[in-house]
Amino acid sequence: MYPSRFRYEAPRSLDDAIALLQAGQGEAKVLAGGQSLVPLLKLRFAAPELLVDINNLPGLDYHRVDPDGTIRIGALCRHATLERSPLLVERQPTMAAAAPLVADPLVRNRGTLVGSLCHADPQGDWAAVVTALGGRVVAAGPRGRREIPIGEFVTGPFENALRYDEIAVEAVIPASKGQPAGGYLKLERRVGDFATAAAAVALELSGDVVTRAGIALCGVGPSTIDATDAGRALTGRTLTAAAIEEAADLAAAAAQPRTDHRGSAAYKRQVVRTFVTRILRNVVSTAERAA
Amino acid sequence: MSPLFEEIIEEPASADVPTRRVAITVNGQRRVAEVEPRLLLAHLLRQGFKLTGTHLGCDTTNCGACTVLVDGKAIKSCTMLAVQADGHEVTTVEGLASMSELSPIQEGFKDEHGLQCGFCTPGMMLSATAMLAENPNPTEEDVRWALSGNLCRCTGYQNIVKAVLWAAAKMRGEEPSHEGAA
Ligand SMILES: Cc1cc2nc3c(=O)[nH]c(=O)nc-3n(C[C@H](O)[C@H](O)[C@H](O)COP(=O)(O)OP(=O)(O)OC[C@H]3O[C@@H](n4cnc5c(N)ncnc54)[C@H](O)[C@@H]3O)c2cc1C
Ligand code: FES
Ligand code: FES
Repeated sequence: MYPSRFRYEAPRSLDDAIALLQAGQGEAKVLAGGQSLVPLLKLRFAAPELLVDINNLPGLDYHRVDPDGTIRIGALCRHATLERSPLLVERQPTMAAAAPLVADPLVRNRGTLVGSLCHADPQGDWAAVVTALGGRVVAAGPRGRREIPIGEFVTGPFENALRYDEIAVEAVIPASKGQPAGGYLKLERRVGDFATAAAAVALELSGDVVTRAGIALCGVGPSTIDATDAGRALTGRTLTAAAIEEAADLAAAAAQPRTDHRGSAAYKRQVVRTFVTRILRNVVSTAERAA
Repeated sequence: MSPLFEEIIEEPASADVPTRRVAITVNGQRRVAEVEPRLLLAHLLRQGFKLTGTHLGCDTTNCGACTVLVDGKAIKSCTMLAVQADGHEVTTVEGLASMSELSPIQEGFKDEHGLQCGFCTPGMMLSATAMLAENPNPTEEDVRWALSGNLCRCTGYQNIVKAVLWAAAKMRGEEPSHEGAA
């Protein structure tokens, strides 16, 4: 199907883009990678009056680490760039594990991490990863910039906290105080499918003690699930078999899966338990190999 | 009102729908068209430029039959607006062969029987072309990974993977073997 008619602008500065959104009075939409928005336009689930294409904005395709360890991902950094990033392999194992599992290679060449957070799909992989990492989104609007913690940024399924005249310019992952560890596991029926269930685990270690733990789930609830109890159960402890089992049980309890064509609720809950266990055991065996 | 637009969508654009002039380098040749913003790149290529080797197999951005290269990157042309290609380089399957010679990828598909109905083949070959430009020495796993956004309903993929490994060997200057993938 063809999208319904819209006007199209491709501004070359952020100020111009914000001005267009402001003039659009809520009838305008930002176009980033287009890998969620264009399919919606084609099905006419979305019919904005104006599309503000941000692909020509300069200097937003970066991902980098600040001297203090903060990781910043610009609004035009594509999934494919993150998939091939030596920097993430070295500095951020949870993100490095997730990047190749988002969609398929063709979609990854266009889609963006920030766009994925804005889209706020309950099955979006990046929202779970950024939640586990305690990240935030930087929004730019007519009144300047503000930072929104991811938990407040995603306000519901397919809803975010941006005002109509704001653009998300960057995702920020706070510096890890300890040694970063963790991973991302996703069950999908085939490549490119959304998650039947997925778990993101992001740890900071000091020696073998967990100093911070974030665990978030995707595909098993009406929105991204921050399994705070599971994270808290690990904090201040070493990753003993008992600690791992407790965290995995708490993560499974936090899931709110529904029975559908991808599997039964009980099955998905069990997948969460298994994935959290596997990621944590893998952290232990990686540490043992390094020692 | 643009004639190109009318050719593609039945209801004509009303006078107040602004069209845009785009200049796209398609298979090395500069093409100019007047398009409505909602026109998809796939439709401009097929109906506008009559390059019908780019196929459309779904309405949901799932199949990859519409794969083309934009600035060397494999993307789904059904999920990019034609206006977004303005100023960029697009390669379609028609751009793979030179005047008299098939590209190694095309030869590989022929030699290894990498196609049956042929519907997915242009997209497969473009995804493979992009991968080989980045990684001239792929493993079987690399090939499967790179083609995982392209669906085939006929072959079961085995011969497609062999065809790409065949092309990789040929491009490295080796004698391509018929052993291919397991
Ligand atoms: C076949 C297929 C499979 C997929 N599989 C997965 C998957 O397994 N996991 C997964 O997580 N995702 C998946 N996706 C979605 C994909 O990851 C998208 O790239 C992503 O959800 C949206 O990013 P985008 O840059 O393409 O955003 P767009 O499609 O351009 O935009 C999406 C929404 O966010 C808004 N937006 C985007 N960027 C900004 C910004 N900077 N500021 C303000 N608003 C903005 C837009 O207005 C729009 O409402 C899949 C998509 C397809 C087509
Ligand atoms: S036509 Fe199916 S993905 Fe483009
Ligand atoms: S050869 Fe028929 S779909 Fe691939």
